[in-house]
Amino acid sequence: MTRKTLEAWSPWVLLLAIVGLWQLVCSAFSVSEFIFPSPARIAEQMIEFRGVIAGHAWRTFWVTMAGFGIAIVVGVLLGFLIGSSRIAYTAFYPLMTGFNALPKAAFVPILVVWFGIGIGPAILTAFLISFFPITVNIATGLATLEPELEDVLRVLGANRWDVLTKVGLPRSMPYFFGSLKVAITLAFVGTTVSEMQAANEGIGYLLVSAGSAMQMGLAFAGLVVVGAMAMAMYEFFSVLEKRITGWAHRGSQAH
Amino acid sequence: MTAAFVDFRNVWLAYNDELLAQGQFAVEDISLQVAEGEFIAIVGPSGCGKSTFMKLATGLKMPSRGQIEIAGAPVRGPLKITGMAFQAPSLLPWRTTVHNVMLPLEIVEPYRSSFKQRRAEYEERARQLLRSVGLGGYEDKFPWQLSGGMQQRASICRALIHEPKMLLLDEPFGALDAFTREELWCTLRDLQAAQKFNVILVTHDLRESVFLADTVYVMSKSPGRMIVKRRIDLPRPRDLEITYTPEFTGIVHELRGHIGAMRGAGPAVGTRAGAAP
Repeated sequence: MTRKTLEAWSPWVLLLAIVGLWQLVCSAFSVSEFIFPSPARIAEQMIEFRGVIAGHAWRTFWVTMAGFGIAIVVGVLLGFLIGSSRIAYTAFYPLMTGFNALPKAAFVPILVVWFGIGIGPAILTAFLISFFPITVNIATGLATLEPELEDVLRVLGANRWDVLTKVGLPRSMPYFFGSLKVAITLAFVGTTVSEMQAANEGIGYLLVSAGSAMQMGLAFAGLVVVGAMAMAMYEFFSVLEKRITGWAHRGSQAH
Repeated sequence: MTAAFVDFRNVWLAYNDELLAQGQFAVEDISLQVAEGEFIAIVGPSGCGKSTFMKLATGLKMPSRGQIEIAGAPVRGPLKITGMAFQAPSLLPWRTTVHNVMLPLEIVEPYRSSFKQRRAEYEERARQLLRSVGLGGYEDKFPWQLSGGMQQRASICRALIHEPKMLLLDEPFGALDAFTREELWCTLRDLQAAQKFNVILVTHDLRESVFLADTVYVMSKSPGRMIVKRRIDLPRPRDLEITYTPEFTGIVHELRGHIGAMRGAGPAVGTRAGAAP
């Protein structure tokens, strides 16, 4: 096995090892499934409740995607605004940082008052938690333009829009895709947290109801599904990133 | 002498009003006249205002005092008849070399409005230009697949694609190794001989300035002033061999002397005595 194939398989090997160890510990000490269910038990529950889990997972998925979609639109526009003007950058940045430090779970009760129980709070929580990295990355990409290149363009009579579209935006694309990978995982956190407090559907709701019914296997199965969805989307954006902004990864790709 | 192509008359520049009030100028009392098609080089120590001079000559900065006329008209804003290249090639890594070279055509008039219709023609022109500097076969490579010297050639092509009347180069060969640098001298020499554009070359390298330029100006440091004007009467076309002749080394020596004196004695040396020999 070459080093490269080993590297490609290493995540799966590690996953298997962890699951194996987990199963071993649970079996060896006969841990109660109401405290800490074994992988086998989780799998069993997952198969038993596959219809229910799939329904909740689908709900969580599309709600997350809706929130994430809004996050992309708002994040890009805001990043565009902040990154293309020094004044806007200085004005917005402290406020944004302050906002980002607030726990988004604390917004859920407020959102419930405004939008009621259901998809409203979940979509908005996913959005609130995930737009920040997108904004920051777009703004950074736009703000880091070499002064020489700017001179080259300005002397030709380039206006700000030209500089932004010809140089700023393409340059910020790797930052943008990098931020999508971070943001999508955060969006799943937002949806799940919101669903736990204020929804009758979705993985978050499933976690809470399974927990209160002492169905730990089902609760863990829900966690596994959220994790798997987030990982899949992360990989998706990772592939997209390499496809579209391969020029920014030339170092790491030249194995 | 008829009207000069580039005409600086007692030009002073302070970067902002505060510095102006304090009388701190980046460049002071610069007067120079450059004929059409002339190749001038400006040499001097780091931070002597060479780059400021570039900004003035391209209209990116307006003088605090004095007048600048280029091509018979007072400078009022960025001058589209100029092309610029710097020490860093600053090519865009997501564009192929030929598309990097075409970038100015997407921005500057009259090419801009006809860019979509005449794209094929412009692309052919960019390829032609790249071939003429020895980059044939590399047009469709990305900049990061090229060596430093090749990137710099492409950067100069980008500065020339819109057929500017004046090319401004700010230490364009500073980051290259000695052999590549000499190759690029020849490339620049041939391009200028063929197209007859004006060149303002800012450099640290005295040999480079003497080899390439018709006139070399020496600038003093803070405040930036032109303290020496030296015509280089070596016959053209010049070959690299000429850099080993006594005349050539004599001129380099003489220029080195001016810079040495300036570094030793401070900026008071010379004042404008040498400005119009």
